[in-house]
Amino acid sequence: MKALLIGEYREGKLLESSYELFGFAQQLGAETALLLVGSDSQLPAFGGTLYLADANQCGEYNPDLHKQLVLDAVQKENPDYVVFLHSSYGWDLAPRVAAKLKVAQVSEAIGLTDGGFEVGCCNAKMRRTVKPTTAKAVITIQAGAFPGLQPGGTPQVQKITASVESNVSFSGYEPAEAKDVDLTRAEVIVTAGRGVGKKENVPVIAALAKALGGELGASRPVVDAGWVEHSHQVGTTGQTVSPKLYIACGVSGAIQHLAGMKKSDFIVAINKDKDAPIGEVADVLVVADVLQFVPALTAKM
Amino acid sequence: MKILVCIKQVPDMESRFKPAASGVWYDESDLAWRMNEYDEYAVEQAVQLREQLGEGCELTVLSIGPDRVGEAIKKALAMGCDRGVHVQDDAAATKDPWQIAAIIAAYAKDQGYDLIFTGMQSQDRGSAQVGVTVAEDLGYACATTLVGFAYDNGTVTAKRELEGGIKGVVKLTTPALVTCQLGLNVPRYPTLPNIMKAKKKEIQSIPVSELLKEEPLAATVSFHPPAKKGGGIVLEGEVGALVDQLMGILKEKTTVLR
Repeated sequence: MKALLIGEYREGKLLESSYELFGFAQQLGAETALLLVGSDSQLPAFGGTLYLADANQCGEYNPDLHKQLVLDAVQKENPDYVVFLHSSYGWDLAPRVAAKLKVAQVSEAIGLTDGGFEVGCCNAKMRRTVKPTTAKAVITIQAGAFPGLQPGGTPQVQKITASVESNVSFSGYEPAEAKDVDLTRAEVIVTAGRGVGKKENVPVIAALAKALGGELGASRPVVDAGWVEHSHQVGTTGQTVSPKLYIACGVSGAIQHLAGMKKSDFIVAINKDKDAPIGEVADVLVVADVLQFVPALTAKM
Repeated sequence: MKILVCIKQVPDMESRFKPAASGVWYDESDLAWRMNEYDEYAVEQAVQLREQLGEGCELTVLSIGPDRVGEAIKKALAMGCDRGVHVQDDAAATKDPWQIAAIIAAYAKDQGYDLIFTGMQSQDRGSAQVGVTVAEDLGYACATTLVGFAYDNGTVTAKRELEGGIKGVVKLTTPALVTCQLGLNVPRYPTLPNIMKAKKKEIQSIPVSELLKEEPLAATVSFHPPAKKGGGIVLEGEVGALVDQLMGILKEKTTVLR
């Protein structure tokens, strides 16, 4: 069995998360080749075949061209699986490759079971087992679901390039907004989730944070709704935190949120929904209405 | 200018999900249905563009599914879409993303849409495949995960959300398809007059058999709850007692209370 892994490179750097592809391939028991649009000045620690395109020439985001590079490598390697990270790069490129090959794509795999792939669904509350019915398949793997694994060695580099017509052009990056709150240093974070109901209720959560000498955090829907500023957002697109105590108030626990806080020392979740996925990472799940429970807790501090 | 927005109706994600008799998807009884949250942002962006362009612009909303999806279509019409297309399919939930994309592409291919909007993913399946696959099927320029959108004279300037809060700025020449991320805009609530107006808008019904010629490429073999990891304590009961229990645990297990 053979897997063609598609690594990631951004703003001139090989992304460490690329090594999770090798962790996945190892569980799959597959031989590996790697494709990377990057630079020969920064080669990954991998002794196998590396299909390397120059990011200066091919662009870091240039999906039509990158698709062609992957298709060319698929023709040479004839892999059973083409594996991407389920990231802003991977979920954008993988379906293009799968469609052109007309093969199954399994999105955001979190595990292997019995010839199939385990994926989350229903906002991560449930699981599906998916089996490709095509000979080849494209797989994207969830960030952090498989351990990073550095195979070691020096790759046998095969330089590749392609040229295609495209109606998509990359203009550049916009940096993340400046953070006026550094949640990464907080010992206690109390986070407001959608379950707080409305903006007017956010002070209830902030009061508990203050009583504990901590900072207010926020989940994505709360920031999108404009209830709390983005600088307080915890998760993949906000800040990744690991305080001594994390209290999630009315946070359902989307994957992107869990990825940003699951390394906290002690996690308390307060949620009306006993099945909310936040319960999977919580040390204590309090099944209660946040607006009743939180003020009562704050009063005891 | 012709615009298409594709939407899905999904259960409220706070529902309790249990496997259907088939064992490969959820049981649909006792679920409350709503428009997929990502698609609300797609509809809002399409309506804003429709308003920007004014007369001579037509905005169609399309959904695939059984009769109940008519409600989601009506909501999109009340938000400002001009007309609806309902692809009638009682078995839509059993189709894989390849087939769903093929249905949309088969409908759209002769319609000459300049722009197609979709959500970045659905809340229930979450494959994030359908939009991009439609673009591939149609040969449209495509960018995913938009948190910024501007259109001027055949060019879309899109901001893609990347990890860590960074954004990637991308220009696309129409015809193009974009997939919308949460937070792209502020989806409007339909007003009562617009809900009344929407009742007069046309909803075209098309049987799925007229559009779907593709076999699935993947099969779901099981739908089940996650394996319980254990370790976590679940506290239930009266609020006062819960507070005391939690205080006890925090004093014992953490150093933040002293």
